Amino acid sequence: MKPSSILGSIDLSKLEDDIVEVVFAVLAGFAISGLLMAAGGFDPIRAYVSLFKSAFGDLYGVSTTLSFATPLMLTGAAFAVSVRAGVFNIGAEGQVYMAALGAVIVASLSLPSELYLIAEFLFGVLLAITWASIAGFLKSQRGVNEVVSTIMLNWTGFWIVEYGRTYVYFDPAEPQRTIKIPEAGRLPLLVPGTELYAGIIISLVATVVVYVIMWHTSLGYEIRATGLNPIAARYGGVEVRRSMLYSFIIAGSLAGLAGVMEVAGRPPHYAITTGLSNLVGLGFDGLAVSLIGRNHPLAIIPAAIFVGALTAGSRGMQIESGVPLEMVKAVQGIIILILAVPGLVRMLKQWRGKK
Amino acid sequence: MIDAQAIVNILIQTSYAATPLLLAAVGEIIGERAGIVNIGLEGIMLISGFASIVFAYMFQSPFAGVVAGVLIGGFIGLLHALITAYLKGDHVISGIGINLFASGFVPYGVEAVWGVRGYFTIPASLKVPRIPGTDLSPIFLASLILALGSYWVLFKTPYGLILRACGEEPRAAESTGVKIELTQALASTITGLFTGLAGAFLAIDWLSSITKNLPAGRGFISLAIVNFANWNPLLGVVGSYLFGFFWVLIGWLKLTPLKEMIPLPLMETIPYIATLAVTAGVIGRARPPRFTGRPYRRE
Repeated sequence: MKPSSILGSIDLSKLEDDIVEVVFAVLAGFAISGLLMAAGGFDPIRAYVSLFKSAFGDLYGVSTTLSFATPLMLTGAAFAVSVRAGVFNIGAEGQVYMAALGAVIVASLSLPSELYLIAEFLFGVLLAITWASIAGFLKSQRGVNEVVSTIMLNWTGFWIVEYGRTYVYFDPAEPQRTIKIPEAGRLPLLVPGTELYAGIIISLVATVVVYVIMWHTSLGYEIRATGLNPIAARYGGVEVRRSMLYSFIIAGSLAGLAGVMEVAGRPPHYAITTGLSNLVGLGFDGLAVSLIGRNHPLAIIPAAIFVGALTAGSRGMQIESGVPLEMVKAVQGIIILILAVPGLVRMLKQWRGKK
Repeated sequence: MIDAQAIVNILIQTSYAATPLLLAAVGEIIGERAGIVNIGLEGIMLISGFASIVFAYMFQSPFAGVVAGVLIGGFIGLLHALITAYLKGDHVISGIGINLFASGFVPYGVEAVWGVRGYFTIPASLKVPRIPGTDLSPIFLASLILALGSYWVLFKTPYGLILRACGEEPRAAESTGVKIELTQALASTITGLFTGLAGAFLAIDWLSSITKNLPAGRGFISLAIVNFANWNPLLGVVGSYLFGFFWVLIGWLKLTPLKEMIPLPLMETIPYIATLAVTAGVIGRARPPRFTGRPYRRE
């Protein structure tokens, strides 16, 4: 058995190129953003030091980083499965909102306490799958561009959940958020006094399950074949429309898990807050995670920790160096623009050869 | 009650709502006809909107703001072409990168330039003046002229034929001596210039402010209009005014007794659901240029 076959699809020499490319893109992202910070009158070194320190400097920082990585592994894997099927489903954002609403709806019911957690997950994920299936159905039956449909569903979902938050499930004591998930329906904390909750175990398991589905089952094979070349896949006997639809359903369930866990697991709110502020961006950050992880479920784990660290560190960066925390999105944008270019390593080698 | 004045007001508001959609949609039609898909329209609008305010301030002139917004948009379009046409990168991923960069850079820029968090409003003196004697914007007029002109160039000139060939049959086009990458780069730059004008219009003409949500999904609605319009700028005008009207409609419905029956957040969903419904209803007949969105490689 060759060492590369243990990981199924991973070709070791290509893996090395991938790592070099991602590291190069990350460094370039930091460098270009650093120049922009300097141009705006900020000190980039101080900004990055404070970012790094608050993301990794102590147990609290590491816990915060991992807590932010928890939903991003799921939304990242959601996007990765879609890309592997050849569809750019950027609807994880809206599916996260809907799943969170599902969990809050369950919390509003009076149930035996041992049922809350399971009911939140079932109903929340079901709502997310339904939301994803609308785009999947429109794509497979009507040929509607999934970029357009998922963005429209994201906005529609936002306003529906905002409606639920302000009109139906608001907490009379604190109307800026919804009712809280009852204690019996919460996931336990892993490190007391931090935001790191047991959801990270679910995220890790789900990511590995996605890997097994994609590389060790016939469904995964058909999804990947569809993405590589739909025409060839069709000749090979793959039901292309069906594999696309399945990719939407898998993506929806992953994003749904993320949405339920953010309200059922992460302190302090255990509720949906004003403007969905504790949910907004989780889906879009998943795009960055997936692309930095080269759309491979296992590589998504370190990529999610990286983006989680940027998010966790951005708070400290803003406080200590004054650089607005949104700047880490610009870093991610630059990384993705660079990663969009294929064969970067080959070009770098050629360029070095010329010098 | 609905009277003549109310109808005129709705029409004027629709001209505002439709103008940025039309500019970005026509720009994208030109790009996609040449084979370049750019889903970064949202990000281009945002950065161009920001740049237009910065330059309008710097020169104390709305005109300078418009020019800066247009040029920055064109620059991003060119950058997108460098990644997609020349380096053969993935069109959608590059667009995602543009959107993500914009969503981080603009809030940073607002704070770096004005020292405020998230929101900045401009004084009336820096707004683009109205067409004299009307409540209409000169950019509204420009958008219609650009749409008609684009139709004429795309379908009635030899240059338009070359451009469309790059999106339909690049191999055949190349065999007749067409420079595929150059044509695509030009088209992608035009996408950026038009979308940059849309961003400037939002920031220093219509909404006179900058926030990180300035485009509010308009870039993506423009992409839907491209499909609706079957990659034809004249139908793009129809689509933009239809979708713009949905937007005005909810603003108007919010003032009617209907607001007692339908809660405001649910009214906000109307333009997005309408976009989805219309796209799903029409798309069956629309067909994109055969080679659009795919990196063109020689054999």
